[in-house]
Amino acid sequence: MLLDVKDLHAHLRTRWGTVKAVDGVSFSIEAGETLGLVGESGSGKTMTALSLLRLLPEPAGRIVNGQVLLDGEDLVAKSEREMRRIRGRRISMILQDPQTSLNPVFNVGNQIVEALRVHLGRRANGLWKRAEEALRRVKVAAPQERLRSFPHQMSGGMKQRVVGAIALASEPKLLIADEPTTALDVTIQLQYLMLLKDVQARMGLGMLFITHDFGIVARMCDRVAVMYAGRIVESGPVREIFKAPRHPYTAALMASVPRMEARVHRLPSIDGQPPALHRLPGGCRFAPRCSYVDERCRLEYPPAVAIGRSHAAACWKVAP
Amino acid sequence: MQRFILRRFFQSLVVLLVVAVVVFALARVTGNAADLLLPEDAGREDREHLLKALGLDRPMHEQLARFLKGALSGDLGMSIRYRKPAVEVFFERLPNTLTLVPIALLSAIVISIPLGLLAAVYRGTIIDRVSGAIAVLGIATPSFWLGIVLIYIFSIQLGWLPSARMGGPAHYILPTITLAAFLVAGMMRLVRSSVLEVLNSEFVKLARIKGLSQTVVIWKHCLRNALIPVVTLFGVFFALLVTGAIVTETVFAWPGVGRLTYEAVIFRDYPLLQAVILLKAMIVLGVNLAVDILYAYLDPRVRYS
Amino acid sequence: MAITTAPADVAVVDDAAPQREFRRLPWVSFAVIAVLALVAVLAPLIATHSPTEQSLPDKLRPPAWQEGGSTKHLLGTDLLGRDVFSRLVYGARVSLTVAMFALLSGGLIGLAIGILAGYAGGRTDSALMRIVDATLTFPTILIALVLAVSLGAGLGTIVLAITVIIWARFARVVRGEVLTVKTRDFVALARVHGCSHVRIMAIHIVPNVLNTFMVLMTLHIGFVIIVEASLSFLGAGIPPPTPSWGQMVADGRSHIASAWWLSALPGAAIMLVVLSFNLFGDWLRDWLDPRLRQV
Repeated sequence: MLLDVKDLHAHLRTRWGTVKAVDGVSFSIEAGETLGLVGESGSGKTMTALSLLRLLPEPAGRIVNGQVLLDGEDLVAKSEREMRRIRGRRISMILQDPQTSLNPVFNVGNQIVEALRVHLGRRANGLWKRAEEALRRVKVAAPQERLRSFPHQMSGGMKQRVVGAIALASEPKLLIADEPTTALDVTIQLQYLMLLKDVQARMGLGMLFITHDFGIVARMCDRVAVMYAGRIVESGPVREIFKAPRHPYTAALMASVPRMEARVHRLPSIDGQPPALHRLPGGCRFAPRCSYVDERCRLEYPPAVAIGRSHAAACWKVAP
Repeated sequence: MQRFILRRFFQSLVVLLVVAVVVFALARVTGNAADLLLPEDAGREDREHLLKALGLDRPMHEQLARFLKGALSGDLGMSIRYRKPAVEVFFERLPNTLTLVPIALLSAIVISIPLGLLAAVYRGTIIDRVSGAIAVLGIATPSFWLGIVLIYIFSIQLGWLPSARMGGPAHYILPTITLAAFLVAGMMRLVRSSVLEVLNSEFVKLARIKGLSQTVVIWKHCLRNALIPVVTLFGVFFALLVTGAIVTETVFAWPGVGRLTYEAVIFRDYPLLQAVILLKAMIVLGVNLAVDILYAYLDPRVRYS
Repeated sequence: MAITTAPADVAVVDDAAPQREFRRLPWVSFAVIAVLALVAVLAPLIATHSPTEQSLPDKLRPPAWQEGGSTKHLLGTDLLGRDVFSRLVYGARVSLTVAMFALLSGGLIGLAIGILAGYAGGRTDSALMRIVDATLTFPTILIALVLAVSLGAGLGTIVLAITVIIWARFARVVRGEVLTVKTRDFVALARVHGCSHVRIMAIHIVPNVLNTFMVLMTLHIGFVIIVEASLSFLGAGIPPPTPSWGQMVADGRSHIASAWWLSALPGAAIMLVVLSFNLFGDWLRDWLDPRLRQV
């Protein structure tokens, strides 16, 4: 097991009170496998990812409970100094918006070399050679010249490739991709996804792929975990969940994705809004928006019920 | 890049011309140009004589042409008080200001940038609060009064430091504090808010993801970006500094061009005032041009466009 | 509601993001301002003496609590035997009057130019903004001094001088505000309906930048008071014998060793008042228009 997250709780102090952004999340990722983490904005996907790196916003964010086991080592117990040796080298992350992910005042080479230097040591030779290598890995044309370019001289897609190169420069085992294509033009989204998949296969990466788009999940992921209001409500192999989603929220999410083959007059949507995280309803958090809701749903949070070998859903209506 | 600087250069020339015309026009619009240019005790004949000599009986555009021509050749009239060419008086005093202003500017930068940075990084802590309080007080304190209070405490009551005029290093301490104080307040707030913005940016997050230490993240990734707005607003700060120098030099009887400006006002020495203003305008515009070049160096987005 | 893309969930805790903060009203500042306003309005009732009446036998009396002071002159007397307390009281009146006129004139000119630049856009905008930038990076106090010398000191001159100094600050912010208002749908709609430009500016733009404008005015009161005091200090303000705080500081300067109260008291008054206005302005900004925090 490459990554094993157990019962992770992360809280954020905001001006409205403490928010349980990640509230008892568990999942695992094998080497070479891709787990999709799906949910609406504000469901806690990004917070989960940042928790793994121990980079929650300071000083508001805090991991209050749980374990993050990377190759069996618990990251939650590590010191900041130890974490720095893990970030970039063993876990890396690609952020959502390439326009702002790169520092505008340094050239690209500088920013890649910097990532390499942290892990290979100040005196390591041939850092620029390796940086060129890193760019070649993400299929950037004329990498040698690109190293001297500044971010504003590149297109969005190119920048996101550079961010990928930085993330992969130190050959990590686990890559977190946080909606890496959301900010890209539709035409280059697919290109980028294919690139990620290709690199993953070559490097044997484990990947945590965060998205809100089930179309991308189908293309990229082996397994998927659906998050709602800080908790995972359903998880399982992509194939199985696509065939038969068991949680009403998963079903609703999938139904709201437009499909080419079906002729629909109006896309179904989920009524209401996700609950405010500082005022969560007592029972199932999806209850206020759920069409199958009954009394018990409003009172008690449902336990995760196993359906088949690795498929589980947290809903009272799911019979094992 | 070169075009950018060239364009700025021409803009500066235009500003200078506008200032010259304003100064010229103000002396004439009021209809008593001769009075402004004459000592108060001048007689009637002097007046007639001056009108002729300065061509004030000529049409306006001719006078303007003559004024500008004179200005170009370095002739901005005679100071009434010093009975010397005004330009000459200015350049006699300039070195004294050039020893004071750069020291004050440097102190302000050395104090306010680290303090603003620390206030942002340790937001909400005691450092942030103290520097915030200093900034609020610094902005509300008129610098002429600060100077007087400093003189009262350190020269008169404690007797530690000289209160006026130039001299050894000790003479620089109080004027430097006075001149730097309000710059520190303004710069510190600016650095703090721009560092806060940068700290929240995605590239800082990526830098942390790479595994960089807090020190590298702050001093490499934040500082340079946070300095851009400071450099952008440097022109404004420099303008404040020139203003502050007038007041500070007046309070400390410092024989520089700031004090000269004050003297020109107090003695209603219009030729001197107009020379001081045009020459100061030239210096300010020159400095701003230099800052634009520095700005292009700091921010590659400007350098390569 | 359909599931839509929105920025990452981190935004929830982004403290740098402008947000309305319901800070408590700064009572102390508010009280200082109220007292100041009251004193300015009721100056003749509060002052114990005429601010200009000289009495050489009484000159340089220290404040009442110091040795040699008397309750007749609460805060002592100046070089010419004038009562410092009464001069401070009337000085408040002068400071506030000048500040009010200067703010109105500088503010309105800045507002007009800001709206024009922002609304017209294109060449008009870039030309006007270049003038604004040039003004901001120029020590405009020099122009103010020339004005004072050439036009002669007086209320009109000093208002004009301060206007020259502050208008650009208003124009710059207002223009930025107009740029965002301009893109809103109701402006486009008004244009579709055939509203004239003047009408759109008057009916749609002005009311929407008014909040910002009021906050800017408040934030600049303190600044204007300092500028007025500085000009007075430099001999380019309201001419004597009318009392003004800046001039009082200047007059007392050479006697600081023997009569500290002459400079110290009016200076402290300026500082207290400016501090109060600034804190009050900060509060108003956070309440009405938090995006202005960078200004």
